[in-house]
Amino acid sequence: MRNLVMLDPIQQGAVKFEGQTPSEWGVSAYRSRVMYVPQRAVSIENAARNALEGTVQDNLMQVFELGVYSQRQFDPHLIQTWLAQLGRGSEFLTLQGARLSGGEAQILALLRALQLSPQVLLLDEPTASLDAATTARVEALLHDWLQHPHRACLMTSHDAEQIRRVTHRQLNLGEFV
Amino acid sequence: MESDYIVIGYGQLTLAALLILVNVALSAVLQLGLGKSLLVAALRMVVQLLLIGFVLEWLFTQDNALIILAIALVMTAIAGVSAVNRTQRRFAGIYWHSLLSVLTASALVTGFAMVGIIRVQPWYDPQYLIPMLGMVLGNTLNGISLGLDRFVEGLIAQRDQVETLLALGATRWEAAHDQVRNAIRVGMIPTINSMMVMGLVSLPGMMTGQILAGADPIDAVRYQIVILFMIAAGAALGIFGVVLLAYRRLLSPDHQLRLDYLEKVGR
Repeated sequence: MRNLVMLDPIQQGAVKFEGQTPSEWGVSAYRSRVMYVPQRAVSIENAARNALEGTVQDNLMQVFELGVYSQRQFDPHLIQTWLAQLGRGSEFLTLQGARLSGGEAQILALLRALQLSPQVLLLDEPTASLDAATTARVEALLHDWLQHPHRACLMTSHDAEQIRRVTHRQLNLGEFV
Repeated sequence: MESDYIVIGYGQLTLAALLILVNVALSAVLQLGLGKSLLVAALRMVVQLLLIGFVLEWLFTQDNALIILAIALVMTAIAGVSAVNRTQRRFAGIYWHSLLSVLTASALVTGFAMVGIIRVQPWYDPQYLIPMLGMVLGNTLNGISLGLDRFVEGLIAQRDQVETLLALGATRWEAAHDQVRNAIRVGMIPTINSMMVMGLVSLPGMMTGQILAGADPIDAVRYQIVILFMIAAGAALGIFGVVLLAYRRLLSPDHQLRLDYLEKVGR
C-alpha cells in the first residue's frame, strides 16, 4: 500500500491511476485521490503551534490548510453525522489529539480521510484497534460512504470474517504478509 | 618589532608548563587515572600551537592572494568535514552539503567584513582575514552540526506524523517545514545565548588577547562586536543552507520521506 501511494519507492513496474502515473498527476494531487490511511494513526496537529492544544477537531480542520485542498472547506455537519453513526457524541471533537487511545486515533484517521472524498481509499487494518461493536459501526459507515459513485476502497485485514462481510473481491497474499 | 607587551620566552613557557603538575598531582591523589591523557593532551596542545604559530608567522609575511586564499580554503574544508563528523547519522552527499554551506556562509560574511566593514587594504591581508575567518568557521561549524543533527533526529522521531501528512496529500514542504524550522532554531540557540551573556559571564578570548597585546579596551570591544555579528550571520547562513540541502535530500521531489538514505555511524 505504501508503494501504491509512492511513500516507498517502487522497485519494479509502475502505478497508473486513470491512465496517468502519480508524477503526471502531481504526487500531492494523486495522493488526494488515492488516499492511504496507515494502521498506526497519528494526530498531525502543528507541532510549532503547541502540540498539546491540538484537538480532534483541529486535526480534522488542519488538513484543509494543505495546498491541494485550498478549494475545499471543512464540513462540521458531515463530521457530526458520521460521529453519530459511530455512536460518538460531539465531545469526541474536543479530545486532545496526542492523548487518544489506539482505537480513537483510528477513528480520527478514518474520518480525516473520508471527509476528503478520495476516489480510492487504501485502509491498512482499519479496525485493528477497535472493539467488535465499533468495528460493525465503522463497517456500516464505510459501506454508506462507498455508495457514492466513483469511490472504491482497498483494505487489508487479518480477520477472515470481516473480509467475507465487507469486500467484493479478495486477494490472498498467503503467508508472505 | 616594537611591542608594548611582555614577550614570553621559552623559559617562561616551561614555568607555565609546571602548572600541569597541579592536574597530574590531583589525578594521582584521587586516583582519577587521568595522568597519562593529561600529559598527552598537554603535549599535543603545545606542539600544535607552536606549529600553527610558525605557520601564521610565515603566512603573515605573504602577500600573494592565492596562497592566502588556499590556506583559507583548507581551513574552511576542515570546518565543513568536522561539522559532519560530529553528527550521528549521515547520508550520501552530506559532506558536500556541509562544505558548500560553510564555504558560502563564511565567504559571504568574511568577505563583507573585510571589504565593507573593516576595509582592509589589501582585502586579503592575512593578519585580519585568517583570524576572523577562523572565528566565523568555528561557530558556523557548531551551528551546522547541531542543526543537521536536530533535523535528522526530528525526522526520525516525527516520522509517522510526516508520512501521515504526505499520505493526506501534503507536499514535502508542508509535511516537513516544522522540522526544518526547529532545526534552524536549535542551531542558532548557542550563538544567541552567548551574545546574551557576552561581557557579563564570559570575556571573549579574542578581546582579551587584544587587550593583553596592548590594544585600547574600547577598540578591542569594537572588534569583538564586529566579530560577534559576523559569527551570528555566518552561523545563520550556514545552518540555513545545510538544513535546506538535507531537506532536499531526505524528502524527495516525489514527496517521499527517504529515511532509508540515513546511515548510523558509531561514535
